[in-house]
Amino acid sequence: MTDTVYGPVTDWATDFDHGAPEYNANIYKIWEDLKAAGCPIAHTERYGGTWLPLTNEMVHEIAYDTEHFTSRSVVVGQLKPSEVPDALPAPIGGAPPITSDPPFHQEARRILLPAFAPKKIDPLRDEIRQMCHDLIDNMGDAELIDAAEQYAQHIPVMIIASMAGLPKEDGDIFRSWVHVILAGIGESREEREPVFLALNEYLEKAIEDHIENPRDDLISFLLEAEIMGNKLSREHVAGTIILLMVAGIDTTWSGIGNSIWHLATNPVDRRRLVENPEMLPMAIEEFLRAYAPVTMARLVKQDYEFHGVQMKEEDWVLLPFPAANRDEAKFENPDQVIIDREENRHAAFGLGIHRCLGSNLARLEMNVAVEVFLERFPDFELNTSEEMVWSTGQVRGPRQLPIRIKARK
Amino acid sequence: MRVHVDSSKCQGHNRCYALAPELFDVDDLGNAFELHDGNVPAGLEDKARLAVANCPEFAISIEE
Repeated sequence: MTDTVYGPVTDWATDFDHGAPEYNANIYKIWEDLKAAGCPIAHTERYGGTWLPLTNEMVHEIAYDTEHFTSRSVVVGQLKPSEVPDALPAPIGGAPPITSDPPFHQEARRILLPAFAPKKIDPLRDEIRQMCHDLIDNMGDAELIDAAEQYAQHIPVMIIASMAGLPKEDGDIFRSWVHVILAGIGESREEREPVFLALNEYLEKAIEDHIENPRDDLISFLLEAEIMGNKLSREHVAGTIILLMVAGIDTTWSGIGNSIWHLATNPVDRRRLVENPEMLPMAIEEFLRAYAPVTMARLVKQDYEFHGVQMKEEDWVLLPFPAANRDEAKFENPDQVIIDREENRHAAFGLGIHRCLGSNLARLEMNVAVEVFLERFPDFELNTSEEMVWSTGQVRGPRQLPIRIKARK
Repeated sequence: MRVHVDSSKCQGHNRCYALAPELFDVDDLGNAFELHDGNVPAGLEDKARLAVANCPEFAISIEE
């Protein structure tokens, strides 16, 4: 396993590194050990100072507290926003509205909400189903497949590209950019910089093209949209498209992959869902709870005492929604995956004003992707002769998911 | 039985609309509101309780 620029972790309570591959690979054990050792909030000097609160109560509190915590940057990096020379200032931030604070946040979010509301998203079901069937058709009659590389990763990128108004063929390059943004947080800045430049250049061209040839997609919509009588700046439009890519691709890829991984390793649940497909929506909610892909981040606005620890201005604070979802104070048998769990107030899509804008789309993609996979492959298992690889960084899911197909339709 | 969605708490997770479309609907922004002035038709009480138990924002209240 490779270390980040900070080197190997010496102690998870005082020197953790959520960008190190061993973090996501052992995440539940690491949290359990920390909590058992009486450490509900871990700290590290890495990334310029970062906190990791682990209880449901703390995660709730921070998610709702926009007075002491800012969303200006939601992915922990080696530089703080104040150290990035051309960073868009608060309250807009680099990728509005996820990086925006109130009151601007509400305006920037309101223009996007209608495009992601359930009645706009539900009609995409048939298109997603067809996409899933095509991906499985492309596998031919192979017994060994990789469900992350050949299936899960393609579904969200095609949908996001088509909604934004970008060529579907550029999916591979989007994924490579998102990978550097999310998974490469611990790599050297010299390696990362050219990627950010390429991404900006690509979006500038796409925006230019949409100004000359307006069409029915989100980029054209954003170029026409107004906030309080003013058109959005080009930086705002580009930032929002970056947000859709970063928030819409690795996250849903992870959600689909986590679900298939669970079913590949839990034959009883797999059989139940093959025999009772109407149980799937409830099972997907349980996979979202138990394997929530996304950990958000905030920055401390000013020195602040939080549950007995002294947070400093511009410290990072991770918001591990997956840890909140496994807190025994809020969930019965939180470490058990119960696919017909009736009471399930999980926070996989966050809480409060930054609730995942794309949650309706993500849920639809996950439901359809798993439904089609089970229809076509009613029996499958983990192929343990190949390596299983977890992502690194704040979005957790399988990046290699080797599967042996035992029955197909 | 009556249900009520507190619009100041609802963030549009849409759990209630997915679980009990007979009792809840959503507007163009994806925010939920109760149908039938909040009156729960007989036989749908369990669905109302299910919606309450799955709202991450604790935005739905119930009067029995």
